[in-house]
Amino acid sequence: MSEASTLAWRPAHQRPPLLVRARERVGRSRTAIAVSLVVLAVLLPAAVLVPWLDPTAATHADITAVYSPPSAEHVLGTDGAGRDLLVRTLAALRTSFLVGLVAAAVATLIGVTVGALAAATVSWGRGAVDQLLMRLVDAVNAVPHLVLGVVIVAMLGPSVSSVITSIALTHWTTPARLVRAEMLSVQGRDFVDVAIVGGASRWRVTMRHVLPQVASRALLAAVLMVPHAIWHESALSFLGLGMPPHLPSLGAMIQDAQVAVFAGHWWPAFWPGLALVVVTLAVSGAAALLRPRERAL
Amino acid sequence: MRSIPRLVGARLALLLPLLALVTLVVFALAANSPFDPLLARLGSRAFSMSGSELEALRMAQGEPSVLAQWATWWGDALRGDLGVSLSLRQEVTQVIAERLPWTLLLMAVALVLAVGTGLVLGTLAAVRSGGWLDRVVTGTAYVVQASPVFWVALLGMWLFAIVLGWVPAGGLTDPGSDVVTLGALVRHLALPAVVLGLSQAPWFVLVVRDTVREELAAPYVLGAWGRGVSTPRVVVRHALRSGLLPMVTVLGVRVPELVTGAVLVETIFSWPGIASATVTAATSVDFGLLAALTVVTTVVVVLGNLAADVAYRLLDPRVGAAHE
Repeated sequence: MSEASTLAWRPAHQRPPLLVRARERVGRSRTAIAVSLVVLAVLLPAAVLVPWLDPTAATHADITAVYSPPSAEHVLGTDGAGRDLLVRTLAALRTSFLVGLVAAAVATLIGVTVGALAAATVSWGRGAVDQLLMRLVDAVNAVPHLVLGVVIVAMLGPSVSSVITSIALTHWTTPARLVRAEMLSVQGRDFVDVAIVGGASRWRVTMRHVLPQVASRALLAAVLMVPHAIWHESALSFLGLGMPPHLPSLGAMIQDAQVAVFAGHWWPAFWPGLALVVVTLAVSGAAALLRPRERAL
Repeated sequence: MRSIPRLVGARLALLLPLLALVTLVVFALAANSPFDPLLARLGSRAFSMSGSELEALRMAQGEPSVLAQWATWWGDALRGDLGVSLSLRQEVTQVIAERLPWTLLLMAVALVLAVGTGLVLGTLAAVRSGGWLDRVVTGTAYVVQASPVFWVALLGMWLFAIVLGWVPAGGLTDPGSDVVTLGALVRHLALPAVVLGLSQAPWFVLVVRDTVREELAAPYVLGAWGRGVSTPRVVVRHALRSGLLPMVTVLGVRVPELVTGAVLVETIFSWPGIASATVTAATSVDFGLLAALTVVTTVVVVLGNLAADVAYRLLDPRVGAAHE
C-alpha cells in the first residue's frame, strides 16, 4: 500500500478495522524484512549449533569469574555462577525457539479446528454450535492469558509439556476467530455454491474448497504467534513456573539476574531480555513475507 | 443512549455463567494435578505420619468429585466464605480486601500514564508525520512493544533504584516502618507505575498517531484550516477529538494485558497486590487462593471491558443506535 493511499481520507466506515491496520503496518518496508531475515539467519543456527557443539559450555561454572563484566574473554560477561552469558543466552534461545514453535503449532491446530468447525456449522445450519464455540472463545479471553497460564502450570507442575499446554490452551483463540471469519467470507463466494450445486458433500466442500482458502492466513497467524509463545514461556519461567531448572531459559536467566541487579550488575539481566526483543522484532518483521498481497481495489 | 443500561445488564448477566465456567475449569485442572491436596493441607505434619495414618485420614475425608467440590466452593463463596489461604495464612476474603485496592491503584496510575503518553506523543508524531520526531516515536514504540515488561522493570530498578538511588527498589513502606504515608507511597509507587504504564503506552501512541494522521487529511479539517483556525486548535479540537474514539477501543482491548503486566511488575517490586499473590498462590499450590484470585481477575477484566464499551457509546452516539 502506498503512502498516498493511506493518507487519503476515508470516512470511518470505509476503513479497515483498527487492529488490522496496526498489525499490517509492522514490517511493511523491504529493509525491515531484509534485516529481520539476516538476524534470524544468524541467531537460529547459532542457537542450535553452539549448545550442540559444546554441550557443557552453557552450564560450565567458573567461580573465579563470578559477575565478570563484558570483556574479550567473556564477550557478554558472566552470571553469578561464573557462566558465560553468550553461550547461556544462545542455549536458552534454543529452548525458547523449540517451545515457541511447538506451542504455536499446537495452538494454531486447536484454533483452526475450532474456527473451521464453527464456520462450517453455520453453513450446515447448526448455528448453535458456532455460538457455543464463540462464547467459549470469549470465556478464555476474559481471563488474562498469563493468569490462566500460571494456573495451568501450577496445577500440572513445571515441565516442558505443561508450559506448552499452558501456551496452547490460552493462545488458540486468535487463530480460531481469524479462521472462522475468513471461512465465513469464503463460504459466501460463487465457487462454493457451484461446488454444492455440483453435488459435493458438506464435508468435501469444507475440506476441499473452503479450508485451503484460509491456509495462508492460518500459517501467518502461526508464525506471528511464535514470538507470543516465546514471551509467554519466558514470563512463566521468570515467575518460577516454567521450565524445569536444568534447562536454560531466557525467563529463568532474567529471574536469576534479579540478585545481580541488586548488586549493581546490569549485564546478566540485559542480554537475555535483549535476545527476546530482537527475536520478537525479527520474527514479526520476517512474517511480512507471508502476508497475502493487498487485493487491488 | 437507551442501549447503555441494556448493555450493562446483558454483560452482568453473562458474568455469572462466565465465572461458573472459569472456576469449573480451574477445579477440573486441580483434579488432574499431581499435587496431593491432603499433603498440602497437612503441611509439615505429613512427615510425622505413617502411610496407614494418611490413608485413614484420606478415607475419612472422602474424595468428592470435581462437580461436588465446585458446588461446595460456590455455595460457600456466595455466603461470603472463600476459605483460608494456606500460603499467606489468612482468610482469602481478607487477602482480597487488603490487596485489591493496591492493585487497582497501580493499574489506574499506570493507565493514566500510558494514555497521557499516547495522547501527547501520538499527536506530536501525527502532526510531524514522516519527520524525525515521528520516526523516533514510532520506532521506540515498536521496540517497547517487543520488550518484556519484567525485563524493563529490572533494568529500571537497576538504573533508578540501585545506581541513581532516586526511588526504593520495592515494597510499599520504608524500612523499619509499617505505616503507609503519602510520601512513602508516592516514592514506592513511582517506578512500578511508570514501568507498567510504559509497557502499555506503545499501543496508545500508535493508535492516536494513526487516527490523528488520518483525520488531519479529512475534508472538515482542511475546511477548518481554510477558515483560518490556528494549527494547535485544529489539531486538538478537531483531529484529536475524533482520535479519542479508537483509543477507547484500545483501552478495552488492553485491560487483560494490563493485568498480565501487573502480575509481573508486582512480583518484581514486591508490590502487595492481588497479582503478586496469584503468583505466590501458584508457586505454593495454594488452591483456595488461586481459585478466588482467578475469579477476581476475571471480574476486573470484564468490568474494565464494559467500562470501555460504555465510554465508547457515550462518546459516539451512532454506535448501538443502529441496533435499536
